[in-house]
Amino acid sequence: MPAPIRLRELIRTIRTARTQAEEREMIQKECAAIRSSFREEDNTYRCRNVAKLLYMHMLGYPAHFGQLECLKLIASQKFTDKRIGYLGAMLLLDERQDVHLLMTNCIKNDLNHSTQYVQGLALCTLGCMGSSEMCRDLAGEVEKLLKTSNSYLRKKAALCAVHVIRKVPELMEMFLPATKNLLSEKNHGVLHTSVVLLTEMCERSPDMLSHFRKLVPQLVRILKNLIMSGYSPEHDVSGISDPFLQVRILRLLRILGKGDDDSSEAMNDILAQVATNTETSKNVGNAILYETVLTIMDIKSESGLRVLAINILGRFLLNNDKNIRYVALTSLLKTVQTDHNAVQRHRSTIVDCLKDLDVSIKRRAMELSFALVNGNNIRGMMKELLYFLDSCDPDFKADCASGIFLAAEKYAPSKRWHIDTIMRVLTTAGSYVRDDSVPNLIQLITNSVEMHAYTVQRLYKALLDDISQQPLVQVASWCIGEYGDLLVSGQCEEEEPIQVSEDEVLDVLEGLLVSNLSTPVTRGYSLTAIMKLSTRFSSLNRIKKVVSIYGSSIDVELQQRAVEYNALFKKYDHMRPALLERMPIMEKTIFSGDGIFTVCLWSVFPVLQANDLLDLLGGNDVVPIIQTTVPTKPASAGGELLDLLGDLSLTVIPPMTAYNKNGLIIEFTFERSNPNPNIAVITIHATNSTEADMTEFVFQAAVPKVCSFPSCILINLLFMSWCIGT
Amino acid sequence: MQFMLLFSRQGKLRLQKWYVPLSDKEKKKITRELVQTVLARKPKMCSFLEWRDLKIVYKRYASLYFCCAIEDQDNELITLEIIHRYVELLDKYFGSVCELDIIFNFEKAYFILDEFLLGGEAQETSKKNVLKAIEQADLLQEVRHMKQRLPAASSRRSDLHKPLRDDRPKHTHTQPDH
Repeated sequence: MPAPIRLRELIRTIRTARTQAEEREMIQKECAAIRSSFREEDNTYRCRNVAKLLYMHMLGYPAHFGQLECLKLIASQKFTDKRIGYLGAMLLLDERQDVHLLMTNCIKNDLNHSTQYVQGLALCTLGCMGSSEMCRDLAGEVEKLLKTSNSYLRKKAALCAVHVIRKVPELMEMFLPATKNLLSEKNHGVLHTSVVLLTEMCERSPDMLSHFRKLVPQLVRILKNLIMSGYSPEHDVSGISDPFLQVRILRLLRILGKGDDDSSEAMNDILAQVATNTETSKNVGNAILYETVLTIMDIKSESGLRVLAINILGRFLLNNDKNIRYVALTSLLKTVQTDHNAVQRHRSTIVDCLKDLDVSIKRRAMELSFALVNGNNIRGMMKELLYFLDSCDPDFKADCASGIFLAAEKYAPSKRWHIDTIMRVLTTAGSYVRDDSVPNLIQLITNSVEMHAYTVQRLYKALLDDISQQPLVQVASWCIGEYGDLLVSGQCEEEEPIQVSEDEVLDVLEGLLVSNLSTPVTRGYSLTAIMKLSTRFSSLNRIKKVVSIYGSSIDVELQQRAVEYNALFKKYDHMRPALLERMPIMEKTIFSGDGIFTVCLWSVFPVLQANDLLDLLGGNDVVPIIQTTVPTKPASAGGELLDLLGDLSLTVIPPMTAYNKNGLIIEFTFERSNPNPNIAVITIHATNSTEADMTEFVFQAAVPKVCSFPSCILINLLFMSWCIGT
Repeated sequence: MQFMLLFSRQGKLRLQKWYVPLSDKEKKKITRELVQTVLARKPKMCSFLEWRDLKIVYKRYASLYFCCAIEDQDNELITLEIIHRYVELLDKYFGSVCELDIIFNFEKAYFILDEFLLGGEAQETSKKNVLKAIEQADLLQEVRHMKQRLPAASSRRSDLHKPLRDDRPKHTHTQPDH
């Protein structure tokens, strides 16, 4: 059999292939040749064949049949064989396959080999892909090598030990004695890997951490020597002596100094020295400064040092190099909570970063900007953020819009400003606004009583321009439904009132119903809005017509609504004004992850007869109660609740917990309605205090037959659930 | 470091070093996705990006992308220096290294990497020492392979012959101009 072709020859040949198919053919041919060569147990060319296999593996072709061959190469006496064998093992074997365990004995032997380069190969392979079983078996050998005076082996053993500890944390103790004088080494390779080993141990075990705290002075000394020493050609990078070691030492100091006053104090000076003396013209200097800043911020440093750190970050923000700016923004984001005022000083630079071309920088600048917004800078910041919202990528718009809403809610200087800001967001990024913002905004608008006329006018005008953005359309239709009368009567004080007729308004709302751009949810909103206008407008016939048409809509939701509204016209017309009355101020509960559903119910005019009420609940009629299913655990709360509605002749009743089981808590609070003391307002809070979601929560209310005076209870349910994630 | 990938502008893999245990299938998937993501980046963008729960640091040298995945606590800027050091080592070893050198001598590229990094961390911070070790190890080889260079004529793509140099202009400490 002719000698198998050389590796380079194969590479050259494969690269001449002009198509994928041609390449595949060549590869298959060669694989077949290699396979037969393996079968013949050919020792001479095994190395060459495996090397070729590794090349083909990199191109993406299967090479698993070479795994055992790698093991044979490792077991060979020849260095060339071992080199390729170990490389093959690292590329082709992984710890999921039992085959890899066969390596263990070979590695053990090679760890004790007379040639340090063979020992090095073994250490490297173990440290790169050793499984937990292998690590357990060979930890002793590694520990032995960690104590050797041969720095070439010692540095490798240290990193190998890191890997062993990552795989089998219980073995950490075993390496403790060997760490005794690791830091007294002169060799930078050993120093560097020792610091990595110490870092790993301290991160994993608080005991180790306290044990190694005593090394702080030594680490400080080493760092000082690196900075103060003259030019050392061997370790110099752009005028800085061994930046890799400096960075690792700073990182270890960070871990040792965190939460410990004494250690933090001991490293104060050196940190200040590094922060002020490091050359910043090249990336390498900035890498050290970056690590220094992270350390200063994490340990118990004095305030002067912290300010120095933040100023370094501020300077980073002005750096030409994008990478430096990115890193600065990331770090500032971490420190903005603790050192808020210091970061505020760099606000204008941060805001400038919103205009950067790089996506990652923009995102960080946006997050940081939101963190910096406060009562003093809200107007200026909002201008920048709104401008950013206009021009940013679609990926950002949802987050930006939510952030703006939150900030506006917290710091709005005036209701008018608040409404204007919301309008701006809805009109520029209306389709990216999160769905749960819609109820939020509705509640906000409802509560800004004096702005109703202005709000509805602006929303109406926005609708005339564009009906494609669903959240905008939904909020607008809701508002028009509520405040349409203000719109038509031209009562706006804040700006020039527009002249619009009832028909024009109804045209717009009907337009939403038929438009292809409207989602089913939006259609629901507009139908309800039209219905509400029946008590505010005089063009009843038109509205009745629309409602009856949609009684046969294909959309089930719309159909149901239309049918119910129809019923309202036909049989319960006397109740219509009451049911469609203006919404009262809503109470909003902000919650932190558990679902809190605030249900407001208010009772209305004592005009209806009790009889009518009975009709409402009895029979086959569909009762127009707006019912929404909200996620809660199935709870049989029905029976126990009813009793409470019995006694309405109350003066003052203290709040009571009606139900408290399985994490579902339902509380009732009672109060007299302010304008009319004959009206009792009962509010129900349902809270999910478990961590799981509750599903199929259905609210149903039944009213008792017995009432002491002709009053009625009308239930209008509003389900609002806000899910604020984190 | 969790892994390092070297790939060409056409997305061809030239070297892959994994420091975390993953199946072949997972490695292929990650490689494919990451290569796509990095190649889609515009030249003016910064060298860092978030990808899944990792930080990716990449840098282009002539026709080759060097891409590392590091963990949250790792320093991105020093990782750029690590990448640069590796390129310098390759450069010194091959004498003005280009992509073609790495294609034809991939196993040597691995050997050099394994003398510089171990388990994802730098084991030797002195350039001289790494190169010395490689030299000594090469001498031990029973079969010496000459460093192969492909004759220029047969390659249509001159990209591959370009020596690996840092693709980004050196920055001086002046005001940024967005």
